[in-house]
Amino acid sequence: MTAAIAPSSAGPRRIRLADTGPFIALALVVLIGVLINSSFLSGTNIANVVTRSAFVAIIAVGATFVISSGGLDLSVGSMMAFVTGIMIMTMNRLEPSMGSNAIFAGAGIGLVVGALCGLLNGLIVTVGKIEPFIVTLGTMGIFRALITWMSDGGSIPIDRALRDPYRPVYFGNVLGIPVPVFLTLIVVLIGAFILYRTKYGRRCMAAGSNSDVARFSGVSVAKVRTMAFVIQGLCVAIAAICYIPRLGAATPTTGQLWELQVITAVVIGGTALRGGKARIWGTVAGALILEVIANLMVLSNLVSEYLVAAVQGVIIILAMLAHRFIK
Amino acid sequence: MIMTEALPTFGLASAELVANAPTMRTEALSKSYGPITVLSDVALEILPGEIHAVIGENGAGKSTLMRLLSGYTAPSAGYLEMSGQRVQFDTSVAAEAAGVVLVHQEILLAPDLTVAENLFLGREVSRGFMVDDREMNHRAAKVLASIGAHCHPRDRVDDLPLAQRQLVQIARALLEPRKVVIFDEPTAVLANDEVAALLAVVRGLRDQGVAVLYISHRLDEVEALADRITVLRDGRMIGTWPAKGLTQRDMAELMVGRKLDMLYPAKRHASSAEPLLKVENLVVDHGAVEGSFAVQPGEVLGIGGMIGSGRTELCEGLIGLRPSQGRALINGKVMSHRSVAAWQAAGLVYLTEDRKGKGLLLDEPLASNLTLQALDTVHGRVTLDRRKETTALDKAVLDYDIRVRSVHLDAGQLSGGNQQKLLLAKVMLTDPAVVIIDEPTRGIDIGNKSQIYEFIDKLVRSGKACIVISSELSELVGLSDRVLVMRGGRIVAELTGDQITEQNVVYAATSGEAHAARGTHP
Repeated sequence: MTAAIAPSSAGPRRIRLADTGPFIALALVVLIGVLINSSFLSGTNIANVVTRSAFVAIIAVGATFVISSGGLDLSVGSMMAFVTGIMIMTMNRLEPSMGSNAIFAGAGIGLVVGALCGLLNGLIVTVGKIEPFIVTLGTMGIFRALITWMSDGGSIPIDRALRDPYRPVYFGNVLGIPVPVFLTLIVVLIGAFILYRTKYGRRCMAAGSNSDVARFSGVSVAKVRTMAFVIQGLCVAIAAICYIPRLGAATPTTGQLWELQVITAVVIGGTALRGGKARIWGTVAGALILEVIANLMVLSNLVSEYLVAAVQGVIIILAMLAHRFIK
Repeated sequence: MIMTEALPTFGLASAELVANAPTMRTEALSKSYGPITVLSDVALEILPGEIHAVIGENGAGKSTLMRLLSGYTAPSAGYLEMSGQRVQFDTSVAAEAAGVVLVHQEILLAPDLTVAENLFLGREVSRGFMVDDREMNHRAAKVLASIGAHCHPRDRVDDLPLAQRQLVQIARALLEPRKVVIFDEPTAVLANDEVAALLAVVRGLRDQGVAVLYISHRLDEVEALADRITVLRDGRMIGTWPAKGLTQRDMAELMVGRKLDMLYPAKRHASSAEPLLKVENLVVDHGAVEGSFAVQPGEVLGIGGMIGSGRTELCEGLIGLRPSQGRALINGKVMSHRSVAAWQAAGLVYLTEDRKGKGLLLDEPLASNLTLQALDTVHGRVTLDRRKETTALDKAVLDYDIRVRSVHLDAGQLSGGNQQKLLLAKVMLTDPAVVIIDEPTRGIDIGNKSQIYEFIDKLVRSGKACIVISSELSELVGLSDRVLVMRGGRIVAELTGDQITEQNVVYAATSGEAHAARGTHP
């Protein structure tokens, strides 16, 4: 390597084709949607699709932190159900004394519980030094069993008096944008800010890229990873907050298999599963791709909608293959 | 580059060597990638029963040449001849079939498999549907014995020391009879006593009539081993000389194409100031390693000893990367909480010997590598400041002479020497008062080495202190104002002034009593 020293103004910043992949794929899927069914682009349908993808997108932002720091969280779906259950029970208990303010109190409790659930995962992983896959496989079972036990196998409905005041959080609009979409946007912006602009974000990627290098550079890998799990828990709680008014109840099947959707969204978004590379906007594109495909299958009669999961499975494999060959 | 002064003149290869027909010969061998020529017009002759060393700085084209000879890359022009027949190797498998094998520098073995399983990986001996373990173990034992390896075919590779793994790797290359064996810096990861064993293996091959091509950075090794030496510089072949009559200095000058100034900076005057760093009764890894030492401002303190003598462990324990007890003071202040971050804040940093595994994020750009340890220095009020980061990188590139095609490369794309300079820039960004550098120049070429020595000299002359751990004796002796020698996890000798010689270091590291009473442990 004897080339002359290049000042940073010279030499183009490399544009990585692989990074634009998720967005090209999203555009492609949308284009197919337009070709298949003209009503796909109608305002209500688009709003519907984007709103439905909000939950996975919000949780996936947290998962981007966990995965890029070198962890993995399989418990998010069950945690979501558990947090939803706790929130509804809190709101119902407080409603007689606080009225509709119980919603705020419940949401606050939900955030705390979510953060604590994440902290639990994080501490077992970092202090207990156990593989995150195993830890969260365990807590996944625990959270799922707890919600089943809390609901006695049935459902925990929210108090009738709270339904109307809570309704706008899922069905309302801010500046013409559905509230869940608005919330997603805020979560994504904050996530992108933390990941790309703060010391924590940089350390997160370093810990995931090579934990030894991070350790030797004075980064507390355990703290960074634990924090990522806490962020994941908070994201789960935020998703739960806007999920409750949609169905008005928590059941043992709430959030079932969401962890797979979340991981799929993160991975097709370009975040490396082995850690070290975080692509938060890619994650959002990933969540949208999954939802658009599901929507298209409902709108068209080409493929049975029972095969949605199969098509999504094909997508993740194709995305990974494309990633490999573009590189 | 121009030869500024007349170098010793050398004749062509001596007569008795030319009498043999070469086992392998290259004719006008060249390799280009697009418009960039990395190797041009190489005419190399490797004779049976000779050790032929190829030396050159990083980027001189050594590895390209090796890859061309062993079938990993196809030449753009020119050709190879084996025993007078023109040959073309499309793959490394074809080259091996023709009797040419490359022993890789990195150890490429499956750690969970046994030695024999590794040796026969991909070419298992089978009987019917079953692998014939007995036959493989038997043959493995024979090959291992022939190169003096002390491991058993059924040993798990993971349980073996590094030197034995290196031998297993060589055994794998020698499983079939070979005509040409190419070694790519085989001793880069070995300690001195292990090197001697490896050199014996190489000599053994030569004595069997094998043509050995030996690539190394260690000129002392080349001097001890080679029959003939070929020098590459900037992708061109400078010439081939008989090794007899070439000193290490001559070789170094041929490599860089100019007279070398003194490789090591002049020693500094001993300072009588209060120590910057004082370590008392440090016990690391629950007693495996112990030591007390101090370092003055303006001083380079060398730590010598064999690999495994506890040098790295002592420093990693001090800095908080291993469990440790004991007292440590920096600038007269006691450090009660010892972590990398706390030490860094107090002014002590440690630069690891393992730059690829523990020093740099190879998949990340230069800028994020540079600033990882000192993110505060490129931090605005709320966020990281990209502009400050770019400025810091530009400055580091200039200050440390990091040569890059573009600053947007990933760290893994730099050559070893440039990676080492980047790592140095990274830890120096924290503005330490004391720096511990573990193997400052491992695996890098002589030009970069002398730059790093100069840098260390400048650093301590500015009133800071540097602790250098080195397995390279000439470096340890040339650089240090004071040397501690470790053996078996203890500091066994402290050498000062005229006592600092290679002989004294080796003697203390391997045997005998301490040369000086100070710093000695019971």
